[in-house]
Amino acid sequence: MDEQAHEKSEVVLDVEHLSIAYETRKGDVQAVRDVSFAVREGETIGLVGESGCGKSTIAYGIVNHLGPNGKITEGHIRFQETELVNKSQAELGEIRGNNIAMVFQDPMQALNPSMRLGEQLTEVLTCHRDISEKKAWQRCVKMLKRVNMPDPEDVMNRYTHQISGGQQQRVVIAMAMLNNPSLLIMDEPTTALDVTVEAAVLDLIETLKNDFNAANIFITHNLGVVARVSDFLCVMYAGQMVEKGTVVEIFKHPSHPYTRGLISAVPKLGESKSDSVLYPIRGRVPAPANRPQNACIFAPRCDYATGECLEARPSMVQLSPDHAARCLYAKEIETRPKTTRRKPRVFQIKEAVAKQAASDECCLDSENLKVWYPKAADSVVSLFGLGEKKYVKAVDDVSLRVAKGRTLGLVGESGCGKSSLVKGLIGLEPLTGGKMQFLDIDVKETVTARATELIREMQMVFQNPDSTLNPSYTVGTQIARPIRRFGTVAKGQVRAEVERLLNAVRLPKTHYDRLPRQLSGGEKQRVGIARALASRPDLIICDEPVSALDVSVQAAVINLLLEIQHSFGTSMIFIAHDLSVVRYFSDDIAVMYLGRIVEIGPADKIYDPPYHPYTEALLSAVPIADPTAAQKEIRLSGNVPSALNPPTGCYFHTRCPRRAELLPDGGAICEQQKPPWQQNGTGHRILCHIPIEKLMEMEPVVHAREPNANGSVIAVDS
Amino acid sequence: MSDGEQATTADSAVDDIPPLKRDRRSVFTRLTEGLKFIWASKTATVGLFLVLFWVFVAIFAPLLTPYTPLEQDWKNPNIGPSKAHILGTDELGRDLWARLIYGARVVLVVMPVTDNLWIPGGTAIWGVIVALLVGTTLGLVSGYHGGWVDEITMRLLDAMMAVPIILLYMIIMAALGASAINVVLAMTIVGTPGIARLVRSLTLDIRTREYIRAAETRGESAWYIMFVEILPNARGPIIVDAMLRVGYAIFAMGTLGFLGLGIPPPSPDWGSMVAKGREFILSGSPWAALWPSLAIATLVVGLNLLADGIREESMRYQ
Ligand SMILES: Nc1ncnc2c1ncn2[C@@H]1O[C@H](COP(=O)(O)OP(=O)(O)O)[C@@H](O)[C@H]1O
Ligand code: SF4
Ligand code: SF4
Ligand SMILES: [Mg+2]
Repeated sequence: MDEQAHEKSEVVLDVEHLSIAYETRKGDVQAVRDVSFAVREGETIGLVGESGCGKSTIAYGIVNHLGPNGKITEGHIRFQETELVNKSQAELGEIRGNNIAMVFQDPMQALNPSMRLGEQLTEVLTCHRDISEKKAWQRCVKMLKRVNMPDPEDVMNRYTHQISGGQQQRVVIAMAMLNNPSLLIMDEPTTALDVTVEAAVLDLIETLKNDFNAANIFITHNLGVVARVSDFLCVMYAGQMVEKGTVVEIFKHPSHPYTRGLISAVPKLGESKSDSVLYPIRGRVPAPANRPQNACIFAPRCDYATGECLEARPSMVQLSPDHAARCLYAKEIETRPKTTRRKPRVFQIKEAVAKQAASDECCLDSENLKVWYPKAADSVVSLFGLGEKKYVKAVDDVSLRVAKGRTLGLVGESGCGKSSLVKGLIGLEPLTGGKMQFLDIDVKETVTARATELIREMQMVFQNPDSTLNPSYTVGTQIARPIRRFGTVAKGQVRAEVERLLNAVRLPKTHYDRLPRQLSGGEKQRVGIARALASRPDLIICDEPVSALDVSVQAAVINLLLEIQHSFGTSMIFIAHDLSVVRYFSDDIAVMYLGRIVEIGPADKIYDPPYHPYTEALLSAVPIADPTAAQKEIRLSGNVPSALNPPTGCYFHTRCPRRAELLPDGGAICEQQKPPWQQNGTGHRILCHIPIEKLMEMEPVVHAREPNANGSVIAVDS
Repeated sequence: MSDGEQATTADSAVDDIPPLKRDRRSVFTRLTEGLKFIWASKTATVGLFLVLFWVFVAIFAPLLTPYTPLEQDWKNPNIGPSKAHILGTDELGRDLWARLIYGARVVLVVMPVTDNLWIPGGTAIWGVIVALLVGTTLGLVSGYHGGWVDEITMRLLDAMMAVPIILLYMIIMAALGASAINVVLAMTIVGTPGIARLVRSLTLDIRTREYIRAAETRGESAWYIMFVEILPNARGPIIVDAMLRVGYAIFAMGTLGFLGLGIPPPSPDWGSMVAKGREFILSGSPWAALWPSLAIATLVVGLNLLADGIREESMRYQ
């Protein structure tokens, strides 16, 4: 950090001792308590923390959109030295003018689906100032170019549904930048996007920061993302700021137990279950109504808590001019052992996992699987190729193998056919072609036509904790249903079996009579896992089982899945969009693009060269929770092409950054011929024209981290 | 937002999970919870009182009047409210209060299948129940199955909805003849399309949930999924809709009775009471027409208020 520049640049927003409360039926609840920070010109401040920690509330407080029941109870918000608190809406409008802009997670919140994008963009300009339509239009086109929108003139004439999610977010950012705001607030702007798109949007945010010199507030729950874009970091927990400082400082010397917990709950890219352990933070963020008032707010979940922590609310301890943490022991925490808690159970099985010989027994084997959907009438894809009978080839010629007791990870951008593939395997969608052997039995039918004995051997864990359980039935009933249906145990023992399963997923027996709405997200996900386990399946398919969970809970669920796999010998197919998580969890990995597998092999081989050019791009887009990590910057241009009209030759040729460089004739062959499999030793295959020797010469995407680069952060095996 | 819920203080990490008290809700607590829920809304409370009043007088009708609805007081036809007849009498000298509350009985509490066979459950209630059964099944099948089944069912129902309701009633009753069973049948035919549409749209939403996927991966039958997995989650809007429909049904019964197409005399029917009483309004005896009109109005308004109140209140909870 350049100290001097930092001193000179002007403070745009100064938040002091801000407290915000919501009025509810049960009285006022305090969502934010005593938060102070300042944002300077040309600087990005990151607000991180799990959901419900009050990050959005702060943002809404600043722009005065708290809604009818929210109010600022204490503190000051000064924007360019003018106080914003206690001003009327009209006064605020005057002070703020167009100087504060906000970008939300869901771009559709800011865009009107029934208006052309051009009209919406120009309106932003014409509504606040004297500017001719034509000039405004030109400025908008220019701005769209600035945000790297391909074909800006054309985009101006389109409607929102005619551009992709990543492009929508670009339009919203362009819209926000049009008035040249002094303060830009972004609330989880990339959470809904694919890694590749996310990486590009983050790059964009970074360049805009430098070009426009605006002050930025970036809100996210993702440490990797925040490490990439922010200069300063404020870690929020349960409405309070628990640590603040420069990004580099905080990642190097995290000094609050919560920050440390967050960092060790997520796997670093390249770590695997056999070489490290994830530490969940026990418990969950308390609801505003039952947060400790005169004690450390983190005490109920803190491993270092002592009696003193319960006596008063700790104040910020200054560790260096740029770094402070709200913990009594902030100064010494780094010297403390990683955790005082007993090791997660996973530790004990870790060695076993590491030793586990590559099992040869096959659980599931598929050859040239196809899942084609007849063209859906109302999808964007159908805009092309009207008329003739067309298929969306969601899965095309996929061959894969899941060995007994091992995990196959599936990665790829959204829409590349991961979910369709597992639907085909489990029989929710009919197979259009190909062969599949499950437990040495040929299976072609959809699930309704399969034998019950076969159905019970393949079960699934779903993504969304809020919809994975039927809200009308108790936890017990829902876990008991598969037990009854498959006759897993004798009639009289169903309840005992359910309790055994609850125990297996680390839930107390008393949850038997709970309704889903009485559970937290992580607990619901556990019940979903117990339900999948109930029929004692040989194969469990996990479709993004942790992506909707908070990081601290995510670690617990991953550990649980590992434990289950270990004790029951279950094979798994694991889908996640987070490549670090997939790497951590899987033994083998298949990378999919446009319905095909482009690279498949043992997990460690996938993450090191040789790479398929697509894998390389995916890896270089992964946000890494380490601001000092050196990562190759490869960005894919354009969108995933339509699966209705896949490109000729190699499906990836329209976006491939490597073909021109590594193939003769600028890779003309890629446009004409389907690529062959390149073998790299046993079991690792890459679908590409580039010869394996050349692929071998690629640089690793992430430069080998020095061992224990960020000290205590990396789990050390004790 | 789910994290913000205060329902549990449970701990979700792998390690220590504090023991929790068992959550067992008795029927009684559920009932009081339901009442509290209605109590929270003024609209719903007023509606509930209006409806409860009519249910009460209908059930206890025999205890609330010394007369039967058919007993004729020859000496006092067409009189206003008096000591002997609190609401007055009609042109044959029958007690209007007795006719009114026995009329409520036919609407809400019993159904005259034949002269001798009366079954519990009022005519309007039966009409709605049968329409609910048929409409819900059609809606579930259409919504869950989709494809051509959906296409055909929905086009047929649309066609039915295109016919004005009152006309549809008249056609059906004229074709079938006036009887309580036929009134129920007519209500079913008229009510089904609306219910089916509602249930279909709810089903279309619910079937995308992951718990439905989970049921499918267990190989559950379509019937199980529709009635056990989907239907219970659609019950809220269906119950509100059913309340409104009881209101429409009462209104329809009144209309049919007025047109002479309802439940045949001599059983006391509000609609035919209005029709008969209408002739004497100008001759100075408005009572025979007034009371049953008021009865229909209060009951229908009451049901609407109750349904609206419940709907608003449940929206607020979301
Ligand atoms: N309109 C509201 N009424 C009552 N409570 C609210 C409201 N909005 C948010 N909250 C509560 O305030 C707390 C902070 O929420 P939020 O600012 O959304 O956190 P974050 O953005 O960090 O996820 C949460 O406990 C949430 O339940
Ligand atoms: S003050 Fe105590 S309880 Fe709070 S974070 Fe520090 S050690 Fe943990
Ligand atoms: S075959 Fe050609 S286009 Fe496809 S990945 Fe290899 S180099 Fe790129
Ligand atoms: Mg938020």
